[in-house]
Amino acid sequence: MISTKVNLGGLEMATPVATASGTFGYGFEYLGALDYTCLGAVTAKGIRLDPWPGNAMPRHAEVPGGLVNAIGLQGTGIDRFVDITVPHYMAQVKDAPPMIVNIWGGSVDEYAEVARRLTEAAATDECAAIKAIECNVSCPNVKEGGHTFGQDPAVLNRLVSAVRAKTTLPLIVKLAPNVPDMRPYVKACEDGGADALSMINTIPAMVIDIERRRPVLANVTGGLSGRGIHPAAVKLVYDAHRATKLPILAMGGVYEAKDAIEFFLAGATAVAVGTATFSDPSTARKVLDGITDYCERHGFSSVADLVGALE
Amino acid sequence: MLDAAAKALEHVEIGADYRRLVLEAPQLSAALAPGQFVHVRVPALETSALRRPFSVFDASEGRVTVLYKTVGRGTSALNGVKPGDVVKVLGPLGHGFPVECDGEALLVGGGYGVAPLHFLARALKTSGHRDVVAFIGGRTSSDLLAVDELRALGVDVRLATNDGSAGVKGLVTDPLDDELARLREEGRRFELFACGPDPMLKAVAMRANGTGAKGWISMDRHMICGVGACYACIQKTVRGNSRCCVEGPVFRAADLVWE
Repeated sequence: MISTKVNLGGLEMATPVATASGTFGYGFEYLGALDYTCLGAVTAKGIRLDPWPGNAMPRHAEVPGGLVNAIGLQGTGIDRFVDITVPHYMAQVKDAPPMIVNIWGGSVDEYAEVARRLTEAAATDECAAIKAIECNVSCPNVKEGGHTFGQDPAVLNRLVSAVRAKTTLPLIVKLAPNVPDMRPYVKACEDGGADALSMINTIPAMVIDIERRRPVLANVTGGLSGRGIHPAAVKLVYDAHRATKLPILAMGGVYEAKDAIEFFLAGATAVAVGTATFSDPSTARKVLDGITDYCERHGFSSVADLVGALE
Repeated sequence: MLDAAAKALEHVEIGADYRRLVLEAPQLSAALAPGQFVHVRVPALETSALRRPFSVFDASEGRVTVLYKTVGRGTSALNGVKPGDVVKVLGPLGHGFPVECDGEALLVGGGYGVAPLHFLARALKTSGHRDVVAFIGGRTSSDLLAVDELRALGVDVRLATNDGSAGVKGLVTDPLDDELARLREEGRRFELFACGPDPMLKAVAMRANGTGAKGWISMDRHMICGVGACYACIQKTVRGNSRCCVEGPVFRAADLVWE
């Protein structure tokens, strides 16, 4: 029997497979199409204080090996999220996996306040599924907030410190892939008191309709996700792991167990399935089954033993 | 919702670029309601390809039938599905049409938009609703689908084509307006149900809103997940940015905001 348990900076996960923010709604949308027992955590879509309308349509374009999206963080605000959404998730999903809540905002204060509200809610029975916060400092699709906090180590440090001061929940920071060197950002998170890192967010991208000579997306640019970004993500996880002891939640093109195992070997503690769920909602199940098969074949008794086990 | 492994039973061309695909999926068939849709994994595409949404022409006797037009990479690849092939089909998805109607049921369809209206017509007829009139429009006669099937259900079918090759020469709203005028004269009640291209849907929604009748409009937006998880398929409504896949695809005409 292979142990699939991992600990992501204080977040106890029964399996090392989570879902990635923005690809799994608020956790309950895929009920019926996926066996949730394979999930170590679900990650809810980005939440800020007030509801946010997101970008104009079209919001996505399919490209070879992936998807370019500019949803623009449409989402419910914190009030509805803790009053209705999380209780609904817990009522709908039997043995609901722990929920990581992705948060964002237009200011450091907003991030901190959302974190405070979530921490308060997590202490109640109705929202007990909330087990961690993922700070999104890397969404390429909103002008205000989002990535602006992830492109300057000093600003990032200030943000992480402010959120840390308001929460006792495990704090994960989702980093931007498009920086020349991960290390100062990793250090900014460490010094700010983060418990874990998640990477990578989508890679800034653009698709042009050559017949109309216009950008396909209403937002002009978007973020690339899917199979094509996987090797880039592995490299960044490898870099980050060498620079820090913080556990890493890795995402970017996880379609099969092989992709997840590459992440573990590069230094990730857990992985998240994102865009692959759209093609096959049962991807997470297949990935987990493949991981345990691999452990058996290679004589690992625990998935945790794979972390950074690169020869 | 389930992700059914459905066996293709029949896949035939039904004129021009239109095809009918019949799938064996008993659980899905029993669960589907008119106006709901299914999200299909096209076997010939790469495994990372997004699914394609299709409205349902019919769901009965353990079968799910879709009608589609070959318009792009996904539907072209779907053409290659042969009887016996297994196709993953996620459904039932979305909110469909109400299977009840106060007064005459006026169904307005264009192109493959006729598909869910056929499913609706059968359900209305099965539930004992007698007055069902379908207005089918297209560019030319080969764009008029399901006319025989609708007539076989006892539906009064009125046709319109841009080139006059079948029915009235003009828009589908021409015969619809004649019927609306007649109903108004006779003081009879009606509801509108529509699926097809946006300009047609807008025209039908305006007529519903203008007459105070209920209108049920099936919108078609590019989708990613089909289950409400990704927020890609937005339709503007009086409630803000609504997801076509879960809050629709059938919306109340009065709720839609046109841009």
